[in-house]
Amino acid sequence: MLALLRALWLILLHTFKKRVTVQYPEQKPYVPPRWRGRIILSRDPDGGERCVACYLCAVACPVDCIALQAAEDETGRRYPASFRINFSRCIFCGYCEEACPTYAIQLTTDYEMGEYRRANLVYEKEDLLISGQGKYPGYNFYRVAGVEIGGKAKGEAENERPPVDVRGLLP
Amino acid sequence: MSTLQYIILIPALIFVLMSVASGLIWVERRLLGIWQDRLGPNRVGPFGVLQVLADILKVFTKEDWVPPFADKPVFITAPAIIVVTVLITFAVVPFGPRAGLADLNIGLLFFLAMSSLGVYSVALAGWASDSKYSLLGGLRASAQMISYEVFMGLSLMGVVMLAGSFNLRTIVLAQRHMWNIVPQFLGFIIFMIAGIAETHRLPFDLPEAESELVAGFHSEYSGMKFGMFFLGEYFGITLISAMMTTLFLGGWMGPVLPPIVWFALKTFAFICFFILLRATLPRPRYDQLMSFGWKTMFPLSLVNLLVTGGIILAAR
Amino acid sequence: MATIYIDGKPYETKDGINLLDTCLSLGFDVPYFCWHPALHSVGACRQCAVKVFKDEKDTKGRIVMSCMTPVADGMRLSIDDPEAIKFRASVIEWLMLNHPHDCPVCDEGGECHLQDMTLLAGHVYRRTTLKKRTHTNQDLGPFVNHEMNRCIQCYRCVRFYKDYAGGKDLDVFGCHDHVYFGRSRNGALESEFSGNLVEVCPTGVFTDKKFKKHYTRKWDLQAAPSVCVHCSLGCNTLPGERYGTLRRIRNRYNQSVNGYFLCDRGRYGYEFVNSKIRMRAASVKIKGAAPADEVAPELAISEIRKKLNGTHEGGIIGIGSPRASLESNYALRELVGAENFYHGVSDTVFNMMGEIVRIIKDGPVAAASLEDVREADAVLVLGEDVSNTAPMLALALRQASRNAPLAGLAKFKIPHWDDAAARNAMQGEKSPFFIASFTGTRIDDLASEKPYRTAPDDIARLGFLIAHELAPESPGVPDAGEEEKSLARRITVALRNSKKPLVVCGTGPQSIHILRAAANAAWAIKQAVPDARIAFSLPECNSMGLALMDFSSGRPVSEALKRVQAGGAKAVIVIENELVESIGKEGAEEIMSLPCSVAIDFIATRTSQLAGVALPAASFAESQGTFVNNEARAQRFYKVMQPQNKNIQGAWRWLREIEAALGTAKQCPEIDALTAELAKKMPQFAPIADRAYFPPPGFRIAGMKIPRQPYRYSGRTAMHTHIGMVEPKPPSDTGSALSFSMEGFYDASKKQKIPSALLTHYWAPFWNSVQALNKFQGGVGGPLLGGESGKRLMGASGSDPVYFTDIPEKQKAPGLSGANNRGLFAVPLYHVFGSERLSMENPAVASLCPEGGQPFIAASPRTLSALGLNKGDTMGLEIGGTVFEFKTVADEEMAEGLAGVFVPENGNIRADLAGLYSKLPAWARFL
Repeated sequence: MLALLRALWLILLHTFKKRVTVQYPEQKPYVPPRWRGRIILSRDPDGGERCVACYLCAVACPVDCIALQAAEDETGRRYPASFRINFSRCIFCGYCEEACPTYAIQLTTDYEMGEYRRANLVYEKEDLLISGQGKYPGYNFYRVAGVEIGGKAKGEAENERPPVDVRGLLP
Repeated sequence: MSTLQYIILIPALIFVLMSVASGLIWVERRLLGIWQDRLGPNRVGPFGVLQVLADILKVFTKEDWVPPFADKPVFITAPAIIVVTVLITFAVVPFGPRAGLADLNIGLLFFLAMSSLGVYSVALAGWASDSKYSLLGGLRASAQMISYEVFMGLSLMGVVMLAGSFNLRTIVLAQRHMWNIVPQFLGFIIFMIAGIAETHRLPFDLPEAESELVAGFHSEYSGMKFGMFFLGEYFGITLISAMMTTLFLGGWMGPVLPPIVWFALKTFAFICFFILLRATLPRPRYDQLMSFGWKTMFPLSLVNLLVTGGIILAAR
Repeated sequence: MATIYIDGKPYETKDGINLLDTCLSLGFDVPYFCWHPALHSVGACRQCAVKVFKDEKDTKGRIVMSCMTPVADGMRLSIDDPEAIKFRASVIEWLMLNHPHDCPVCDEGGECHLQDMTLLAGHVYRRTTLKKRTHTNQDLGPFVNHEMNRCIQCYRCVRFYKDYAGGKDLDVFGCHDHVYFGRSRNGALESEFSGNLVEVCPTGVFTDKKFKKHYTRKWDLQAAPSVCVHCSLGCNTLPGERYGTLRRIRNRYNQSVNGYFLCDRGRYGYEFVNSKIRMRAASVKIKGAAPADEVAPELAISEIRKKLNGTHEGGIIGIGSPRASLESNYALRELVGAENFYHGVSDTVFNMMGEIVRIIKDGPVAAASLEDVREADAVLVLGEDVSNTAPMLALALRQASRNAPLAGLAKFKIPHWDDAAARNAMQGEKSPFFIASFTGTRIDDLASEKPYRTAPDDIARLGFLIAHELAPESPGVPDAGEEEKSLARRITVALRNSKKPLVVCGTGPQSIHILRAAANAAWAIKQAVPDARIAFSLPECNSMGLALMDFSSGRPVSEALKRVQAGGAKAVIVIENELVESIGKEGAEEIMSLPCSVAIDFIATRTSQLAGVALPAASFAESQGTFVNNEARAQRFYKVMQPQNKNIQGAWRWLREIEAALGTAKQCPEIDALTAELAKKMPQFAPIADRAYFPPPGFRIAGMKIPRQPYRYSGRTAMHTHIGMVEPKPPSDTGSALSFSMEGFYDASKKQKIPSALLTHYWAPFWNSVQALNKFQGGVGGPLLGGESGKRLMGASGSDPVYFTDIPEKQKAPGLSGANNRGLFAVPLYHVFGSERLSMENPAVASLCPEGGQPFIAASPRTLSALGLNKGDTMGLEIGGTVFEFKTVADEEMAEGLAGVFVPENGNIRADLAGLYSKLPAWARFL
């Protein structure tokens, strides 16, 4: 009984405590750099698209809101011909970012994405692609991959020996 | 009073009660906010008071859906019952020395009778929804009402004995020298607990217990039908608070300020206390609720009745 | 049976196989690379190490390669032994030393055996800091992409390509970690089985170049069991769909038919489903106007009703198709009545098909399945160029050519699965293998002696001679030459000494005599060797089904033409057929000029352009039905995807809608009900309603349907949002036990009961690659769990053979010289890439068509010079009264005096040429 009364009293005292509410639009909360907000596609240090359309983000997505189609340019570099995220379904779990082997897909600190039309929440590749490198500067997947693309022949990637001369007789 | 006065007064009272009930939505949310170190609704209008208007607009424009499996006539009637029974009860509440619709000799009995009828609303809503959660909610409400109804009536008998009348106005006037809360403190506590249970407010909201029954008896309700239950609940709080004021706190009586203001202030204080209870207490288990009612409150109310009766007899 | 102990527990297993095979069959996960169920063991990769113990007391044990160790009764081994685990982990680590960081851009990713095995063997972290070896790639043609960096030197590619498929241009070069698998120089792979490298390669060295163009990961492909439509063998396929287009075709294992492999025509021929030549809307031709107007389906139907008004009674003729499903042909036959139903094939093909049905149905020798062919140990090929008309039959024959010497290896105690040792011991020795043909074939290298090159009738005479040698009661060939006789005698001896002799023939040479001779020969062998078989190659995927429809009372399309000419018909409905090919341009025009002519097809053909009303049918990928293959095995194919628009629907449904519009049919049933109705009405097809083989739509496992999509199908909530935010409900499939969903029953635990006919993808924990198949077989390389897919409609009759007695005369020596008699015998030639209309819609297939996709005449250099021609010259040839001009090609392998006519079926060939094959073989006058 006393405990109940004490509880009532303690709750009543909260009338005079400091408010924790952040008055949002006027007052912005602190957003940590690793905040999982709006998703972007970044570019590598050379300005090329980082996304190689490997479909891993799409398969990692628990709500299946990423749909893309791979394509290859004439030099063999793979890129997404289309890349669509339906943000009306996205739950901002960040699995896509975790799955991405090239640091292409990144979640940013932007969370102000309210829309009156749901269709406006469907972001195509041109809406997602930014011109910078995002959170992970300096990484270029094609510099470490073995495939040949325009401007990088076989054996020119990091940690690679020049191509083998198959017709050579040396041991 | 003349018929004309009634024609004006009744809608006026209903309007005032409606405003109060809807205003309570804002008050409750704001108070809960404050007690949880938040701000509560503060965006719509000054201090967020227009939040109520927004909520009403929303509830009016929501799809009013009747599940295909429901018993349609009963499903539609149920929410009306609770609003009607509570509103009718307000007829006997003496808001001031002269204010009040009806001056019934059996005002208190009328209050008890009407508030018991309210249970039909909940039980029928639970039944008509044809869903297991609703039915469970309805069952719980019925059992809870019956249990707490018993000692609610008994707890008031002390007051009746002191005033020697069932007429609420007489009861108020009988408190000229001392508010009933002093001689009838136990009765006051018991009535308050029973009153909370009657309105199934927290901590006695087991019929709707969100965490177990989704929303209990009104799980299947939407739109304005849901709004009616909501309204009924706030009417109920107001009614119980008004009754406590009338029965234990000397009704409209008080110095300096006009009587109706005193009545309103006391009632409002009780309403705030109800909200504080909600902010503080967790919901008991159902068996705890029942055993508390029958094994603690019921004997206590009998003791109260006996002691009061004994003292009155001895004083004579 | 043998009992072995794996990690202390006893297991029953088959004798005579290796330990790896045993462990996998028992459901254990042992990593491996170089071993393949069809290619067997070489012990190159060292990945499948397990520990073997001498007896119970032996605790030390020794590590062996399980693929190279025969299973023995009472054997004790450990897979989970720490030392074995460590050994395997270090093997995978060194195999991965040079493997590039490519998975995200590698087409194998997600279904990569190397990825699976890396995880399975427990190599998770790269420790080495050495630089990686790199290789330059080669352009291997339009089908297969080459990325040598990824190679782990398992040798599977060359073992498949050279040893299994007989290819000559893929080989291994270099030494140590420079080993290179490729061609000696850039260029398209020559073998028509090169596409299998994609599935055989455990990693991404060889990937599908066509798939790369519209790449999709394995988990995103919606698939359904299907049957290849590009030849008569009915190989089982798994086509995959994404975003409404067909993306690729993979092999669907069927032990009795194609086993683990597909030919490139089957693998890459799917492009027509997505192509521009698809009919996508109904069209109605306004009098004289061209092109026809596209209209809504209901309008087209009402137009047909208007035109048919009153003519229904006996006035409509229906022309069925060997390309259409049994159900569609049946619906047409029901609509027009059996007496008005004509087979949409030329007279020659019609007669040949009738004869083949009689041979299988009434003769004592059963038609051979591809599995039977693979098991044969003596082969006689009469006339047919199987490498071009039925490539997988050629591949099966190549396996047959090893069987006789393989059986002889027992004396060296070499098990058949010890592949390198077996091949070494065999030293190129072959089963008795005889080829008689008028042109060179790509299985000539299998022949025990030089292939007999001669005219079709002479090939038939050889067959009759062999039959007579084996069974004197069969008719002899009175005027046979000594050379023919001695050859026949040699063949006879070889066949008589074999255990599973096989005669192969087909409709390719368009000679009924060859078929009869082959039948006589097979029947005669049967007298000496009970296990004799006969295999046929047929023109189209459902030729057998159409022929079986009314094999005794059917009529070819030429009869329909006669009836039209006699004014006996007012309306015609043609399904999935190109009439020009069977009765020529004029005939087709005459039939299609009837007051009401309707063509139902999935591609725009000459016939559909001539039709008054053309209705878009669903292709094999968008509909369900039954095909009957060359051995009369009925196989069901299921909808892989919904048609691209609502106008397109199965031909059978169009026909039922027409029937409903005419007021003669009840409601349009579901496809399954139609199949059941067909099986009931036509007893020869009764097995196709067998629920054990073809589960009904109500079939459920644990209350669930079988999902068409893998459980991790992605993008569901974003793939439609460019059209609208409302996510459409997945289509419901009321015709089969499959659902258009990722939800449903799937269980890879060997306890599963999914009938194999319904398996839409192979996946098991740890097994994402095609090798997951192990988990669905009753013993590796054995039949799929849950029952065989497809059912034979007829077997051999037990009766005595009634030999054919109609022996053709010896082909007269063609008059190559002399001004007046410049005759050549024109015979049809085929090419795997070019002789099938649908596959030619894939530009990659078309690019491999010989002579750049132009028609040509092949003749031996001597024949050419006798005519005074050089190769490359244009030759005028009068066949059946029409003059054609062809480029000439010198072909050493052509029989003398013959002109091999090749006309590619690529849709833009001249109309008169398109119908040329129906007139062959024929004497032609050289102009």
